[in-house]
Amino acid sequence: MSGKALLVLSDGIVFEGKSFGASGETLGEVVFNTSMTGYQEILTDPSYRGQIVNMTYPQMGNYGVNEEDIESLNGPKVEGFIVREYIDFPSNWRTEKCGVRSAGRGVIHSLGDYLKAYGIVGIEHIDTRALTRHLRDHGARMGIISTVDPDPESLLKKVRKHPGISAFDLVRDVTAKEIYKWQAGAWKWKPEEKEVEKEYSALRTPHSVFKRVVVYDFGVKFNILRNLVDAGFDVTVVPAQTPAEAVLEMDPDGVILSNGPGDPETVTYAIENAKKLMGKKPVFGICLGHQILGLAMGGRTYKLKFGHHGGNHPVRDLVTGRVEITSQNHNYCVDINSLHGRVRLTHKNLYDGTEEGMEHVELPVFSVQHHPEAGPGPNDAAHIFKRFRDLIEGVYAEKN
Amino acid sequence: MPKRTDIKKILLIGSGPIIIGQACEFDYSGTQACKALREEGYKVVLVNSNPATIMTDPETADVTYIEPLTAEVLEMIIKKERPDAILPTMGGQTALNLAVELAEKGILDKYKVELIGAKLDAIRKAEDRELFKEAMKKIGLEVPVSAHIGSMKDGLEAVEYIGFPAILRPSFTLGGTGGGIAYNIEEYQVLLEHGLKLSPVRQVLVEESALGWKEYELEVMRDVKDNVVIICSIENFDPMGVHTGDSITVAPAQTLTDKEYQRMRDASIAIIREIGVDTGGSNIQFALNRDNGKMIVIEMNPRVSRSSALASKATGFPIAKIAAKLAVGLTLDEIPNDITRETPASFEPTIDYVVTKFPRFAFEKFPEADPTLTTQMKSVGEVMAIGRTFKESLQKAIRSLEIGTRGLEEVQADMSVIKSRLKTPNAERVWYIAQAMREGMSIQEIHDLTWIDPWFLENIRQIIEMEGRISAEARKFGSLDPDPVFPASHLHNFLPLLKEAKQLGFSDRRIAQLLNLQEADIRHLRKRNSIKAVYKMVDTCAAEFAAYTPYLYSTYEIPFHTIHPSSLTLHPLVECEANPSDRKKVIILGSGPNRIGQGIEFDYCCVHAVFALKELGYETIMVNCNPETVSTDYDTADRLYFEPLTIEDVLNIIDAEKPEGVIVQFGGQTPLKLAVPLEREGVKILGTSPDSIDRAEDRRRFKKLLHKLNLNQADSDTAMSVDEALSAAGRIGYPVMVRPSYVLGGRAMEIVYDENSLSEYMKRAVKASPEHPVLVDKYLEDAIEVDVDAISDGKDVIIGGVMEHIEEAGIHSGDSACSLPPHSLPKKIVRDIKRQTKALARELNVIGLMNVQFAVKNQDIYILEVNPRGSRTIPFVGKATGVPLAKLAAKVIVGRTLKELGVTKDKNIKHIAVKEAVFPFDRFHGVDSILGPEMKSTGEVMGIDKDFGIAFGKSQISCGNRIPLEGRIFISLKDKDKPASVPIVKKMLELGISVIATKGTAEYLKDRGLDVEVVNKVAEGRPHIVDKIKNKEIHFVINTVSGAQAQKDSFSIRQSALQYRVPFTTTISGATAAVNAIEMLKKKRMNIKSIQEYHGIKPKK
Repeated sequence: MSGKALLVLSDGIVFEGKSFGASGETLGEVVFNTSMTGYQEILTDPSYRGQIVNMTYPQMGNYGVNEEDIESLNGPKVEGFIVREYIDFPSNWRTEKCGVRSAGRGVIHSLGDYLKAYGIVGIEHIDTRALTRHLRDHGARMGIISTVDPDPESLLKKVRKHPGISAFDLVRDVTAKEIYKWQAGAWKWKPEEKEVEKEYSALRTPHSVFKRVVVYDFGVKFNILRNLVDAGFDVTVVPAQTPAEAVLEMDPDGVILSNGPGDPETVTYAIENAKKLMGKKPVFGICLGHQILGLAMGGRTYKLKFGHHGGNHPVRDLVTGRVEITSQNHNYCVDINSLHGRVRLTHKNLYDGTEEGMEHVELPVFSVQHHPEAGPGPNDAAHIFKRFRDLIEGVYAEKN
Repeated sequence: MPKRTDIKKILLIGSGPIIIGQACEFDYSGTQACKALREEGYKVVLVNSNPATIMTDPETADVTYIEPLTAEVLEMIIKKERPDAILPTMGGQTALNLAVELAEKGILDKYKVELIGAKLDAIRKAEDRELFKEAMKKIGLEVPVSAHIGSMKDGLEAVEYIGFPAILRPSFTLGGTGGGIAYNIEEYQVLLEHGLKLSPVRQVLVEESALGWKEYELEVMRDVKDNVVIICSIENFDPMGVHTGDSITVAPAQTLTDKEYQRMRDASIAIIREIGVDTGGSNIQFALNRDNGKMIVIEMNPRVSRSSALASKATGFPIAKIAAKLAVGLTLDEIPNDITRETPASFEPTIDYVVTKFPRFAFEKFPEADPTLTTQMKSVGEVMAIGRTFKESLQKAIRSLEIGTRGLEEVQADMSVIKSRLKTPNAERVWYIAQAMREGMSIQEIHDLTWIDPWFLENIRQIIEMEGRISAEARKFGSLDPDPVFPASHLHNFLPLLKEAKQLGFSDRRIAQLLNLQEADIRHLRKRNSIKAVYKMVDTCAAEFAAYTPYLYSTYEIPFHTIHPSSLTLHPLVECEANPSDRKKVIILGSGPNRIGQGIEFDYCCVHAVFALKELGYETIMVNCNPETVSTDYDTADRLYFEPLTIEDVLNIIDAEKPEGVIVQFGGQTPLKLAVPLEREGVKILGTSPDSIDRAEDRRRFKKLLHKLNLNQADSDTAMSVDEALSAAGRIGYPVMVRPSYVLGGRAMEIVYDENSLSEYMKRAVKASPEHPVLVDKYLEDAIEVDVDAISDGKDVIIGGVMEHIEEAGIHSGDSACSLPPHSLPKKIVRDIKRQTKALARELNVIGLMNVQFAVKNQDIYILEVNPRGSRTIPFVGKATGVPLAKLAAKVIVGRTLKELGVTKDKNIKHIAVKEAVFPFDRFHGVDSILGPEMKSTGEVMGIDKDFGIAFGKSQISCGNRIPLEGRIFISLKDKDKPASVPIVKKMLELGISVIATKGTAEYLKDRGLDVEVVNKVAEGRPHIVDKIKNKEIHFVINTVSGAQAQKDSFSIRQSALQYRVPFTTTISGATAAVNAIEMLKKKRMNIKSIQEYHGIKPKK
């Protein structure tokens, strides 16, 4: 197909573009993201497993890729990437100094090479605004990108055959295989950077360690771990299927339920574990973790028409009254009313009034739907990690 | 938080005349603020000396003062109006400085007036470099190493540790006036001395140069509950070292990763909190070292700015409007986003296009000025363009500039010239970059010379590559039969290339040029093959939510398809969001970038046309590309197309909208130039016909017309060559006024006194306008010039105003002060001028506005020129008389008669209004301030009073040329002016002002019994006049000269007057008006009166 690529949506919309990542064919739920920066973080965010991301900002690749701006190991997690114009001449001091080192491909600087190295299909020359408006008006839907099959009809058949991503537990794909410790803090600019060779674990020495937390990895973004370190936690990450009993045995000071991909209802083991942890340990949920808590408390979740994906949603923190500009990436929401007073709403989205955070009325449990860890997006909500520390402190103060 | 109820009346300070660094963006912000505050139920009192603004329309504020912007006048207004609060953040540096002055003088305390928006402490912390540096240190941010210098001695010490190159910024000056970069000690001393003089507090900041670093700006807003949002990020194409006003800038930031952007965002939030701007918008500038990411804070403006206007237009988020609401206590989450309606203003706009701002310069007006771009702003206007990619928006911006270019055309220059033009920042650098690429220079080499980020350079390379592919196509089909333009065999290959080129932003004309075709050939080819522009919306949210405001830009998008569910066939779709209505509608073409000769006055007229047609129920469609203006506020017209004003872009809009017609007579020369080409394409031009316009513009046809009406014209001729010009001038008799036809602002217009100067001129002028001949007119020496604005419905003609110029004919009307009504012309002459104007309007069948310029010499009336369109004086006349001429004209244009509109006779007023021009001479070191037929002013002010002398005096105060009421006057005159100076000097002496003069002038005056001191000319030995000016012994300078040598000899006098801010006049008529003003101001106290009071407009309850 000489660089040609097709994107076909399950409702029969066909876009013809140009391939700029790996060759092949990929299926996923097509969602749009309105962030103007942070494509590398978006690509590597495991919550996008099962999804093809359409970027609304028209030029992608401007600053290349680097070793530091990743949210998970082993490259992008998205199923496919859709852009208006791919830029193959990255310009940024960090990509120049610390491009992505990839096995067999040397040091990678450009977004296109990055996608190729990890087998991710990318398509450019798409009217991404028209696509966004279509998704907004008709809802997120399945799509297929192919650089190998030039027949729209055949692609339409393939995409219609797919049962949709709610049919799968995508967490299994992206969770850690083993328990590991995390020590790096969030990215900070440092003068006179000499060691380009460093590992992310050595990015920064942690603050004086305060409390130990266990993070359930449902597809955790590294920035959650980095922010926990910065908030003074000793961080241990455990695979998603780790039984609650095993975690309780580790006797952490608190447990974090991380973000992750897909429909929360498919992650039944996580819901069961959450039920067992609540009341025994302070629990903090983020995004999928928040939805899992909602389900664990007996509530229900619902799917948004096209979700929230971007870095500019205003959320009111009902505790402080302040409006925070937040990083967002979710398609599901907790229906607070279904929890019948067991929780208090703590955060509210000012765009559409949807639930953005809650706390248990009795137990030391709270959660947010948005991404206080940013990466990408604003840091306005980062203080919530300290709030979790305060919560733990409070619990201990009571006990002693 | 609900809005404040403890304040009811708010004083808003405007920014005064348009000057370099402070232009119509403050009319845009001030107008928005007025609207926003009144919407919330506050009473708004407005003061601004600039009549050419929408904000000073009597409907905009409750009470409007067109009065000088001085602390003294403001105190009078405060005393009379007793406002509860002052909002000082909408009127640029002028308003902010005045607010500080009022506070420091205790006036705010005395009348219990509160500063809202920015408190005194915050203003001080942001503006005082030392306090700012300390504040930044406190929050852990870096600033350039710097020192505050108050003397040459300190300066020499400080530069030892700051090093070279060093940047100098005088404190409290506008747009960086007097700033610069010193590469060595010699330059340093010169700049420091100059800077100390210009700074009102005699302070210069000398700082470490971040020359060549990347430059960024963030627009930040904060509310009283400490919610902070970033509206827009901007990345400069030109790296540090070029003033941001002179830089090509791009939104959003292009080369920052999210981590780096968030670091800048976090810093901005910390800065606005630390400085303590409690409500409103601020602009924060950063420099970033592209080698290692080191970031330093350059400066912060605790107010709306040129950049905030740009950011508002770039994102659709109206910063000034929201800032005004925040100032009265509302919070961001309480204010709805107008565009999406359902979401609040407490969010950060995200955009799905690229915005490029391109500055417009006027160096052709100031050939002596140094055209190097530095940290001192020199551009007079700007354009903004929106495209889906940087390439598209850059190319659209270039063709928006109206400097004859339609893309990155070839430049004829050898490599050494190219290299030097890359190394030294200048207005044409981007064309030299393109040429350097054509010549094979690598991106790295170009980056090494320019320090421009390779990202931008690579994008330009892609444009140049596309050029190459188009040219190659031209070579392939070789010599072309023009009809059909493309052989069918080539068309198949060429169409995809054409589509691709259009997506990169190539104009039809540029493509045609590369193919040796005509622009229309490409247009027709496109249309035949459905390669059409589509329109997308500026919606603040990248289409996440539905938008309700038709604020549109064009692009060429890629079609997509739907598979038909049963037949499985593909149907192509191109999404266009223009969604035109079927209402009756009119397109109003705007005036493009501000430039000398065409500025805010024309935007004012366009906005009025919009308002008027809305009143009549028309759907109004505005097309313009100037981000500073009220016309490009999405709130002004029903639909806004932010597009270049070229025939291609305008026709595309007409194709999409299919309006009843297009109005071209309000936007100055820009739309007027399009009248004939549009008509040729079958577009209906509303109002005066293009043929009538041509009859007035074309010299030969015009001559016939005057002959027919039996009206006088100074003897004139046209010439296509040097010889023709010489023989014409010989017949007419010297001096003659020469100029190319079809120009605005007196471009390349000169008075020549002899054959030599004429041949010289012809060699230069033919270049100025090759398609049109040069006009040779008899120059009427010492004639009084008169401007008349009139309105006609084709039957009745009403005179809007007759304005008598203060300066004699020969000084460009835009540069001359004038009084309305005439202060010295006999009634009989005025009557005859009106009669002639009416005859002209009828003969030309004017429908709408018309401006006529007359010269009166020895009771004879000559017609200088007729412009059947809105003129520069329309807003002034409107403010002086209270008759909204532009609005009436718009209604007449769509078919109303003047009778229907209730306008049946010329308006006579009892007061006098004086318009005075404002000049940018202080920006262009080495440029002479002598006035001539070439327009040089950037803006205007108005003085209004019942007495001419006081009105004139007010106009002088407003334009910064405050006439002294005591002290000593210096006078040096050309012989011809000496007789007229006798009564002036006599009056000065009577008023107690001493007079000092150069020998010739002094002797002449002494011979007539006047007691005048003598001072040396510069060439006559010291102490001479320049010494006295520098020692502040002179308080007013009257200096007239004739001839090049005399002008050269006396240049240092005018230059030092300018530098040491001594008021001056270079015409004897100006001196007469000045002495009159001194007399009146000594006799009577200056008083204030609102425009509503002048025009008997009752305040709304």
